[in-house]
Amino acid sequence: MIDLFDYIGSALVLFGAFLSIIGALGVLRFPDVYTRIHAASITDTGGATLILLGLALIAGWSMETLKLLVAWLFLLLTTPVAAHALGNAAFSAGHAPWIGTFRIMKGEKPR
Amino acid sequence: MSFDPNLALNFVLLAMLITVAGFVAATRSLLAAIILMSVYSLVSAIWLVVMDAADVAFTEAVVGAGVSTILLLGAILLTRGEVQKPQLLKLIFPAIAAIITGGLLIYAALSLPDFGDPISPANSYVGHAYLQSTPTEIGAPNVVTAVLASYRGFDTLGETVVILAAGIGVAILLGFGERAATAAPQPLDPTGDHNVVLRVAARLLIPMIALFAFYVQFHGDLGPGGGFQAGVILAVAVILHALVFGLRETMRSLKPGFVRAIAALGVLVYAGVGIVCLTNGGTFLDYDFLFDHDTEAAIPSGLLGDAEAVHHWGQHFGIFFIELGVLLTVAATMITLFYGFAGRASDAQRREA
Repeated sequence: MIDLFDYIGSALVLFGAFLSIIGALGVLRFPDVYTRIHAASITDTGGATLILLGLALIAGWSMETLKLLVAWLFLLLTTPVAAHALGNAAFSAGHAPWIGTFRIMKGEKPR
Repeated sequence: MSFDPNLALNFVLLAMLITVAGFVAATRSLLAAIILMSVYSLVSAIWLVVMDAADVAFTEAVVGAGVSTILLLGAILLTRGEVQKPQLLKLIFPAIAAIITGGLLIYAALSLPDFGDPISPANSYVGHAYLQSTPTEIGAPNVVTAVLASYRGFDTLGETVVILAAGIGVAILLGFGERAATAAPQPLDPTGDHNVVLRVAARLLIPMIALFAFYVQFHGDLGPGGGFQAGVILAVAVILHALVFGLRETMRSLKPGFVRAIAALGVLVYAGVGIVCLTNGGTFLDYDFLFDHDTEAAIPSGLLGDAEAVHHWGQHFGIFFIELGVLLTVAATMITLFYGFAGRASDAQRREA
């Protein structure tokens, strides 16, 4: 049974790492700041969740599980807020998002 | 030759460090350089964890990647964000100096003992003695804390004084930024309030960060952590408050003068422990003389839970008090530095407006 948890945990950690790599690719390849934030933040939260969950499975029921849970709560609280703050700051600074093939300037209505 | 994952991890991390360092040197934007320096610190913190130096990694993460990034960001608000393209001719002498220094360092590194070599000087003489005598003489499970706070307590006092002196130096150059406390409040944004999410999240986070700082503080003789790291984390909680709610609000609830007094008080607490040891007949910072016999006998033996274990109460409380002094000085100095930079920046903005 312990072995099974180890295997599931390792698989989750690997999948989380894979998601993080996808996120990094998205940050490199996406066209504007908002889509990049989107790629970074979703995979950061999701990838970190999977990695921490996998580590908790490997660690078993102990003090480490609690610490991993606290770390996960902290990430769950901070990464989306950081993404929001980045997007908010980018919009306030007048960065125009790509929508379809158009750029929407601040104050304009989407076409 | 078999595959060693630890070795591979070392190579990957060092390659990342070199790459990031190269980009820091190449970039013309100061903002990018600061963010890259933060990445550099984070990677080296990870590398230090791989090398089993958890205490150093912790310090690198909170100081290098955390608070120094914020202070440098405050500093570039006072300057231009770009560096001019340097003339190639002027780069010759710095380049020669860098190459010679780097070559000497690499040459010196060649004669260093192997990592974890049991007969290296660091592991065979003092290091060995510390490891052997810490459980019987100090009783702190984390030998790093025992060495820093007790065996080398005088060195750590010096470091604490250096931090206070650095804070005073920056304050002499930049001032305390106190005018930000009496400035008119920021005008409301006519397009609406954009920072509701940030404020709600910060209200949740600031108590958690402060609580974590105290966990690091009081957990210091059991695991990685201690006064330096806890002080920086506590300062980060205050800085987060200033970033989200505005410097004016923070300065109104945590007065700059009060913070300055706390910075000096920390050094006073630390040195005071040494003086108490002196008056009880020991040497400076010899915690075995912190309490006289009657006081030490009056401390209940089950105070830390285990009544059977042999405790050196002088060492326990001595380390507790000096770590408290370090916490106060580090936290207050970091906040004073932040007040100095941020207050100066808002001064400059007002002058432009």
